Amino acid sequence: MAETTDLLHRTPLHARHLELGARMVPFAGWDMPVQYRGILEEHRAVRERAGLFDVSHMGELLVEGEAALGALQHLVPNDVARLAVGHGLYTPMCNPHGGIVDDLIILRVQPEQYLMVVNAATHAKDLAWIEEHAGAATVRDISREMALLALQGPAASTILRRLTTAPVDEMRPFDVLPEAVVAGRRMLLSRTGYTGENGFELGPAWDEAPNLWDALLEAGASSGVVPVGLGARDTLRLEAGLMLYGNDIDDATSPLEAPLAWTVKWDKGDFVGREVLLRQREQAPPRKLVGFSVEGRAVARHGYPLLHQGTRAGAVTSGTFGPTLQMSIGMGYLPFALAKEAQEGSLSVEIRERAVPIRVMRLPFYRRAA
Amino acid sequence: MYPEDLKYTKEHEWARLEGTRVRVGITQFAAERLSDVVFIELPAQGVRVKQLEAFGVIESVKAVSDLYAPISGTVVEVNPALGGHPELVNEDPYGQGWMLLIEPAESGEFKSLLSVDDYRRLIGEPAN
Repeated sequence: MAETTDLLHRTPLHARHLELGARMVPFAGWDMPVQYRGILEEHRAVRERAGLFDVSHMGELLVEGEAALGALQHLVPNDVARLAVGHGLYTPMCNPHGGIVDDLIILRVQPEQYLMVVNAATHAKDLAWIEEHAGAATVRDISREMALLALQGPAASTILRRLTTAPVDEMRPFDVLPEAVVAGRRMLLSRTGYTGENGFELGPAWDEAPNLWDALLEAGASSGVVPVGLGARDTLRLEAGLMLYGNDIDDATSPLEAPLAWTVKWDKGDFVGREVLLRQREQAPPRKLVGFSVEGRAVARHGYPLLHQGTRAGAVTSGTFGPTLQMSIGMGYLPFALAKEAQEGSLSVEIRERAVPIRVMRLPFYRRAA
Repeated sequence: MYPEDLKYTKEHEWARLEGTRVRVGITQFAAERLSDVVFIELPAQGVRVKQLEAFGVIESVKAVSDLYAPISGTVVEVNPALGGHPELVNEDPYGQGWMLLIEPAESGEFKSLLSVDDYRRLIGEPAN
């Protein structure tokens, strides 16, 4: 690996991860915990109890001013105009070819202030892209001022209630309180996550992250909360059918090829990429991402060929053994017609020079009980 | 953690002499490094394996690795439990997580394997 540990960025929780005995890996230029006790154990904790994640490596950008809404409406296909203060949404951000620059969350924290939470790997690219297209709006990078912790799982609300008087139970998905008081400190609190479970993300000041981390682990101890690394974050999001930027979507895939058509609002006015996407909608996009299960337990990994009648037709973008589903699952792109109606038994994935049958499955693979 | 009575390969397999046959698995070091084994592909009974050539594949959530035969010979038994319970490799690498029982083709190979002290040195652990 080209990255050496010295050159990697550290989150404010780096020392905590080392104390907890985490296995650290370089991820998007950051030294991050991939696991503490084990991916399967951490995955199970999030599905059954609660898990605490350090996601401070993610980028936070503030878009502000009278021109903020107009800039965001131009930048993303989802409809930012429908956001009341205290609400947020998920959206891709497209290039003029309909490809995806990044996928992100936009939270309206003040009437004329929006917080964009972007991927660590695309942080610099996003910032340049947004500044270029922001017009008169002000863009402020607060990534090193705000840490980000995610508390996810069925016990997340119970644990959080022990540390705050904020109306945790009244928050709906994507609601945000920009100035909640949690464990005695003021911070951003949103009902968001990347696991398919109920959960929250908390954005304290950078230096206050260790206090919050300790408080959440302590308040959650009786509920069985555990720290969770990037390994389980990936298996959890994949079971939940959520896209991983750089794997499942990128500059060359469109939201209509990915299962993100629901984020494209055609009636909101013009936005970057609309023309190409409109053409794709009328003529069908060239490819379509499908979810699938693999026969047996072998894992279909990123880049493995997808075969139709034994001939290469596409490639795997993500795959894992789903710890909750107890089966091998994956996602990948196929030509549109095949993705829509390939004959039962005609599709397979090439694993170590062998064609292993796959079955197309509707996403998400896993949906939590209501 | 690294039993004295076993021989080792530099690819992190162990080999135990049982009468004339040799039982094979992976070391605790390898099991921990892989962590969370979810799938193991092993040869069928009767297949011939060759020393330090791949005989199978082990997959964890994060990675896939080849398994190497400590000695040449014929597979006489394959652990039937690993198909449904690959996690046995993590839980009990020298016991229930064994992989193959091999009838050796020649007797000299076993002796050429690493001793426990050599293996500990290889993985950077102090010898006993």
